[in-house]
Amino acid sequence: MSRWIEAQIPEPRSFQISAASPVSPWLHRFAVFTAISTLGLIIIGGLVTSHGAGMAVPDWPNSYGYTMFAFPFSKWRVGGILYEHSHRLVATFVGLLTAVLTLWLWVRETRGRGRWLGVGAIVMVLGLMGIRALPVYITLACLALVVGGFSLYQIKNNFAALRWWGALAFAAVILQGVLGGLRVVWLKDQIGIFHAALAQMFFALTCLIALFTSRWGRGLGVEEKRENRQRTDAIQNVFAWLLPATALLIFAQLILGATMRHQHAGLAIPDFPLAYGKVWPSMDAASVTHYNQQRQEITAVNPITAIQIGLQMAHRIMALLICGAVAFCAWSARRKLGASHPVSKLTLAWFGLILTQALLGAATIWSDKAADVATAHVMVSAMALALGAIVSIVASRSLVLARGVPAAEAQVLSPFGLQPSAHTGLK
Amino acid sequence: MKKTCALVIVTGLASLQAIQAGDISGTVTLKGTPPPEKEIPQIKEDPNCGKLHTEAVKTRFYVVGANSGLGDVFVTLKGVTGKSAGASAPPAVIDQKGCEYQPYVLAVQTGQKILVKNSDPVLHNIHPTPTAPGNKEENKAQMPNGPDLTFSFPSPETFLRVKCDVHPWMFAYLCVVDSPYIAVTDKDGKYTIKDVPDGKYTMEFYHRKAAPTSAPVTADVEVKGGAVTKDVALEAK
Repeated sequence: MSRWIEAQIPEPRSFQISAASPVSPWLHRFAVFTAISTLGLIIIGGLVTSHGAGMAVPDWPNSYGYTMFAFPFSKWRVGGILYEHSHRLVATFVGLLTAVLTLWLWVRETRGRGRWLGVGAIVMVLGLMGIRALPVYITLACLALVVGGFSLYQIKNNFAALRWWGALAFAAVILQGVLGGLRVVWLKDQIGIFHAALAQMFFALTCLIALFTSRWGRGLGVEEKRENRQRTDAIQNVFAWLLPATALLIFAQLILGATMRHQHAGLAIPDFPLAYGKVWPSMDAASVTHYNQQRQEITAVNPITAIQIGLQMAHRIMALLICGAVAFCAWSARRKLGASHPVSKLTLAWFGLILTQALLGAATIWSDKAADVATAHVMVSAMALALGAIVSIVASRSLVLARGVPAAEAQVLSPFGLQPSAHTGLK
Repeated sequence: MKKTCALVIVTGLASLQAIQAGDISGTVTLKGTPPPEKEIPQIKEDPNCGKLHTEAVKTRFYVVGANSGLGDVFVTLKGVTGKSAGASAPPAVIDQKGCEYQPYVLAVQTGQKILVKNSDPVLHNIHPTPTAPGNKEENKAQMPNGPDLTFSFPSPETFLRVKCDVHPWMFAYLCVVDSPYIAVTDKDGKYTIKDVPDGKYTMEFYHRKAAPTSAPVTADVEVKGGAVTKDVALEAK
């Protein structure tokens, strides 16, 4: 199947523009703007769930029978409708930004038939989204899964082909939009968990594209002298697994957190650092019944269950593990690479972010799940995942500058094995 | 003569039928001190709903009236099924007033029509979230002073929650039972279950906090040719 697809999009190497061609600073700025807009979307999405407004607009893609863009502003300011409708509008905006970014990345790396097939496909998808029929959306979501998988395969074979990163982002944003809509029309809370997890991954992806289109990102990497390579390989081997494994831990924590939030049961454990006054809470049926009897819920939250208590305890334990893992990454990087190495600086920032996240998690409980605190917790989790992805990529794609090797003696390569550039700094 | 005899027999049978049923009534009281109700600040903060209240609105976990009478207790007869009047029963009514559902707890029969009114000058949506198989989750918008919405549920379920996603503090509970022998206590804890056929029954008393679905309070009662009174006390948790 993949060979058939490749045959339809002929991109023989002779058509491929050298990936070393300079990236337009405007492309990079646009990628950064897309990433920032995505973070804004995650914040608004977090507010939707934190305010229990996920179903405040019962229909989709319309809003109370109006086309999304024609929904009267006077009707927005009714309770949770403000959050949900704003979320839909910003999501549409981010979708369009992603489409433009993908087109841009595609056009700059292709020529001839390959270029126009890609452009045509993206424009056609945008046109089909305008049909506003559920079967069309579901079909596009299924196609997005296929395209996303194919894009990952292409990225694996050619990391430097930014057009496939763009295609992956476009597929992800289509899937994300449809998941959000289906959660509403199918009345399925469980879809919200996938919607939340994909949102975080998508943000990390936009950040990576912003990195890859930056001058700094393209100027990374130093080829060491041969005598230092053995030590460098040993160092790299540690970070080759340590950083991605830690980022994966964070992603697993995100899934836990999304699962907790989309139970819509409020705080399953109302105190911290203890849990119902104990190190480990009672989770038998009588205790859980007692917890529900004692709880004074102001909003329409679901009853607490033993599973939700277990999820929260797992979330707390995982938070400790992540703090330890990221601290170890930062310490290892500083020790092996020196304080001035980009990986050392990034892992230190990562640790700061994780500490902030832990504090926000505690504050979420102490504030009885105040909407703004809980949403900040979601926002920082997205940033932590994105930073984990960035530091993993930076570490894996650049060789380490061994201590004591003057920069002038090193030949610089970009992280994608491209032509050397004049850039020698690692700052 | 024959007609007279037939009339006498029919009247006699009817009288016999009437004698063979009775009302069960009583009072549910609360023992102990419940936690104080919490204020719902979101109502006053909402620009549309805040205008509808002059005083702070509080939760309704324990509605305690005169002489410790406890309101919003759902009362039914255990094990009596298959007697629901269904759609032929008069519709039960739930209203949205002041951005709150009235009543907070409503007892209905399986298949009985439930009319949801919106007496507020603001949009709401009505989102029943059943858990019993066969009961369908829905989410319908209702415009200010708009036409009534209709729901019904075919499966028994205690404390089926109905909520408004536009105003997250708005929620109420339906107790759906497959029989007409149901009641909810008023604000003074009083209830009446009408026309219960003679026999021995186990009554079940449910309250959201004091006697939840997993732990109702039960009491045995016998209906024998007339009205019977059954008072019960629930404990504050």
